[in-house]
Amino acid sequence: MDLHTVTESGPVHWAEPWRPGDAWLGGGTYLFSEPQPWLRRLRDLSTAGWPPLTERPEGLEIAATCTVAQLSRLVLPDRWAHNQRLVEQCCRSFLASFKIWNMATVGGNLANALPAGPMISLTAALDGVCTLRAMDGSERRVRVTEFVTGDNRNVLGEGELLRAVTLPDAALRQRTAFRRASLHEHGRSAALLIGRTDPADGSLTLTITASTVRPVRLWFPLHPGAAQLRAAVEAAVPRGEWFDDIHGLPEWRRHMTLRLAEEIRWELREPGELREPGELRDAAEERGEACG
Amino acid sequence: MRLTVNGEESELPVRPGQCLRTHLRERGWFGVKKGCDAGDCGACTVHVDGEPVHSCLYPAFRAEGRSVTTVEGLARPGGELHPVQQRFLDAQGFQCGFCTAGYLMTTAALDHELSADLPRAFKGNLCRCTGYRAIEDAVRGRCNTEEPEAGRAVGRGLAAPAGPQVVTGTARYTFDLTVEGLLHLKLLRSPHPHARIRSIDTSAALRVPGVVAVLTHQDAPDRLFSTARHEHPDEDPYDTRVLDDTVRFVGQRVAAVVAESEGAAEEGCRRIEVEYELLPFVVDPELAMAPDAPVIHPVSGSTVNAVGEVHGEVGDVAAGFAQAAVVYEEEFRTQRVQHASLETHGAVAWFEEDGRLVVRSSTQTPFLTRRALCTLFDLPEDRLRVLAGRVGGGFGGKQEMLVEDIVVLAALRTGRPVKLEYTRAEQFTSATTRHPFTVKVKAGASADGELTALQLRVVSNTGAYGNHGPAVLFHGCGESLSVYRCPNKKADGFAVYTNTVPAGAFRGYGLGQVVFAMEQVMDELARRLGIDPLEFRARNVIGPGEPMITAGGEEEDLHIASYGLDQCLDIVRAAAAEQPAHPEPELPDGWLVGEGSALAMIATGPPGGHFADATLSLLSDGRYDLAVGTAEFGNGTTTVHKQIASGALGTTADRITVRQSDTDVVRHDTGAFGSTGTVVAGKAVLQAGNALAEALLAFAAEHTGTPPEECRLETDSVRCGSGRRLALKDLHTAMVAAGRETSAAGHWGGSPRSVAFNAQWFRIAVHPDTGELRILRSVHAADAGKVMNPMQCRGQVEGGIAQALGATLWEEVRIDERGAVETAAFRRYHLPAFADVPRTEVHFMETSDAIGPLGAKSMSESPFNPVAPALANALRDATGLRFTRLPLTRDRIWQQLAEAAEAGATANTEARGDDPQLPTVQG
Repeated sequence: MDLHTVTESGPVHWAEPWRPGDAWLGGGTYLFSEPQPWLRRLRDLSTAGWPPLTERPEGLEIAATCTVAQLSRLVLPDRWAHNQRLVEQCCRSFLASFKIWNMATVGGNLANALPAGPMISLTAALDGVCTLRAMDGSERRVRVTEFVTGDNRNVLGEGELLRAVTLPDAALRQRTAFRRASLHEHGRSAALLIGRTDPADGSLTLTITASTVRPVRLWFPLHPGAAQLRAAVEAAVPRGEWFDDIHGLPEWRRHMTLRLAEEIRWELREPGELREPGELRDAAEERGEACG
Repeated sequence: MRLTVNGEESELPVRPGQCLRTHLRERGWFGVKKGCDAGDCGACTVHVDGEPVHSCLYPAFRAEGRSVTTVEGLARPGGELHPVQQRFLDAQGFQCGFCTAGYLMTTAALDHELSADLPRAFKGNLCRCTGYRAIEDAVRGRCNTEEPEAGRAVGRGLAAPAGPQVVTGTARYTFDLTVEGLLHLKLLRSPHPHARIRSIDTSAALRVPGVVAVLTHQDAPDRLFSTARHEHPDEDPYDTRVLDDTVRFVGQRVAAVVAESEGAAEEGCRRIEVEYELLPFVVDPELAMAPDAPVIHPVSGSTVNAVGEVHGEVGDVAAGFAQAAVVYEEEFRTQRVQHASLETHGAVAWFEEDGRLVVRSSTQTPFLTRRALCTLFDLPEDRLRVLAGRVGGGFGGKQEMLVEDIVVLAALRTGRPVKLEYTRAEQFTSATTRHPFTVKVKAGASADGELTALQLRVVSNTGAYGNHGPAVLFHGCGESLSVYRCPNKKADGFAVYTNTVPAGAFRGYGLGQVVFAMEQVMDELARRLGIDPLEFRARNVIGPGEPMITAGGEEEDLHIASYGLDQCLDIVRAAAAEQPAHPEPELPDGWLVGEGSALAMIATGPPGGHFADATLSLLSDGRYDLAVGTAEFGNGTTTVHKQIASGALGTTADRITVRQSDTDVVRHDTGAFGSTGTVVAGKAVLQAGNALAEALLAFAAEHTGTPPEECRLETDSVRCGSGRRLALKDLHTAMVAAGRETSAAGHWGGSPRSVAFNAQWFRIAVHPDTGELRILRSVHAADAGKVMNPMQCRGQVEGGIAQALGATLWEEVRIDERGAVETAAFRRYHLPAFADVPRTEVHFMETSDAIGPLGAKSMSESPFNPVAPALANALRDATGLRFTRLPLTRDRIWQQLAEAAEAGATANTEARGDDPQLPTVQG
């Protein structure tokens, strides 16, 4: 929509000081989607010329201005290839269609900090680290899980911008599993969980998004049993803290989160694990309760 | 900014915060539509350097030096249609067509992978009319249209006459025009649910550059009106002012700012200072009826805040319940739903050279709106013209005067042209909704399955204004009761004011809400009696010769002039018995499967008369001109009128031009509502057609000296005897020379009326641990009498089912504790998308109506009505639980199942504690 209070828009001029009413313009898909009567000036980051995607030995650097379409088209190198599907699954978790992907940016999704932001899910699950740049040019690095602090809240200071998010090589090499719940086919995420297992030590990292106001990351040094996983999720997100908005009742989100977490645990289990007697009992109990 | 649009390069300034959509429309590319203005609906899709984008989100200044293609640029130079345009035309993949440009531009950009996955490809495109089957047909290249020969168009799949304009982006909707010197109007809206305005300071607003006028209650006529439009204005409560000194819901107009630009008008609204005296408020209709509730408007009846009441009893329900073997009682609730037509409300007013005021509006009722405006502003009817362009969807929402009053006030005050276009948010917060109903039904039946008593208590929430409240309540308690034979019936209904966004006319007009309750009660009674629910209904519905009796008795002008209900039930019976034509998707373990059905009856027009005039003229070039009053908003009446007229005149539909929805073209038309486009306006067209044919033949016979019985109208001539043909243009010349009239008029008063029937059947599966519901098969039976255009009528039925599925499964306008709407955007209010709507097998019954034109009956509102109860009955069949509140979202289905399982488990444990012999209850 037209943003009538904007009196100036154009390329970034880094030397230009930050004023009240300024906003960094990423893709524009959020800023132009709602009235922003406080807004006076759009500072267009798309003119910064940052390369969208940079592969390095230590990981993948995604510029804040990388569009979802560019990310979706990226072919990951062999060492990260089994996460090709995860990237696509997260892109498809946008409520918005492929047309919006041509404009929406990864950085915009992170900075908007909505619980259902799928780029938050992706980068939080892969141990992403944000590079933030202040107006004076100084930079700091913050984990994605700490960058988002609440529903539509993040750690960015005034005039500070998100420059890039880097996914470390170690996380990209690991096997992942993705699960999502929504009230509708192709709807907004009500719970989005990504599990990641480290073949070196058998540890499991589970990242919960969409059903919580900010990403919740659980780490298990050894592949957990069903009851252990459930207890960990319930301890991490007490009743009353499940996200409550029109895209799903909190109780249902909790239930779906527990269900999807268990599915992920099952999918990422080590071969042979099934035969452990305790494990079988756990799983049976879980299923019994689920069907009850 | 330098920009190439559809190959034309030009340089025009852009505003810093402007979106590309507005810029393109300002350059005259009106094919680019403003549907949601927030990136959700896709109607504004264009290609920028070949990539599809939503132009409402695209910062205009970023388009510098780029190349944009809009729907107008899709066809090849020379006008040959792009293959996608041709396919949408062949399949008729549109109704109102407002979303169509977005579908065309999206489809044209699909790669191979996305073409194979349309549910995902069309995530970003919403259509409110079609139910998506026709759109899928278009993408897949199916042809649904027919080209009937002269005089034989009735009953065939004639294409909509506006199709070529719709697919090229040249159809002109309400706002698709440039008016010199146009002012823009924006409304300051109330932040309070109930308050008196102590003072309004407009001085700062008036100082904003570009602001021309600020209007407050002091500028508004000191008289009340109703925004509802009916032939008889007295049907609706007069409780509304153009601008009031009391506000009664969050979102009500407080003041209007008229300015040279939208931006200045918005800024003006922000600068107005209002001092409010807050008043007590109530948002719950039951609480609003309490004796000590805050009075929202004084009412004439004895119940506080009840703007309309229905009370009636036939027989003796107490005695009926005493005779019953089984009595079942339950309370059902339906939620607030928005019409969500893709074109918002709005109007543009300007003055003609002689000073006559013209109002171009997105309305279903141009004539009634003129009448109301003339009364409100003391204007003679010849000083005001109201017209509608192509209307981008209505669904009842535009049977209401929501914007024209303030636009006219602003135009009269400033003497300049004025435009008001509602934002999508305003559609939700400040237009109207479907009435939320609470319906308590008590029903009794004998052991052999005959109804002994039916009792209704209905409370409808009309919101802060009465508009359609009483009429909707009355209709809700009408055909829902009279379709069942039962000696004892009673109804008590209340339409209640609350401090919430007003409800208004909505497809089905109250019937759907009551049918949702009634059809579930029938299902439940049957189950408790051990009778198949369908057989139970068959035993209790009225037959063709029986009276239709509500709790108030019979309606005198309502007749069963054709009866297809038995056939409808047969369709449902067959669907349940047979194997589906296409194998249903295989389900993994753990899903519960169920079937359910429901029926509905509807009068083929509103009570008390509904008037239509039509004029058919032979033109000097031998073609015909048809003038009708009724508006076209995708309902297809223009097609049907052409079919009827071409049938009467023995010609082809392409030789008839239709002028419509303009107070200048005919004397009067009540409007396009109450399912009257075919049965009322169509009947007027038929009369005009027959009269003109008779006049033409009589003159031709006389002129050529042929016996009249040997004269016959053909495509472009009259055949007189075996050898002679008189060309129509020559006939016209001769008639004019002889001083004969070459026009004929038709008129119909909408009474008597008949009834139409519908039945819906679903097989569904539900996953008890996630709440996910899948529709495995959907079958609909529609008794529309003789179907004028099966292709279009199927589209109406499919669209009605899709809209009803939205209201059944997903949609809800939510309000907070102060009545403020929380779901004011499509991403917070889920319209059925391509992925959500299953294909429905639509069957038409073989009937022919004795009242409707050529045997036709209405079929636009009624397919909506049986959908929700059929689905809830299927869910009951699958789960054993009765779901009484809409919408049936996954989380709520899961919650009710989980609670029942928990209660079952508790009961089980307790029972086992008491008596270990009891069997275990299955969880």
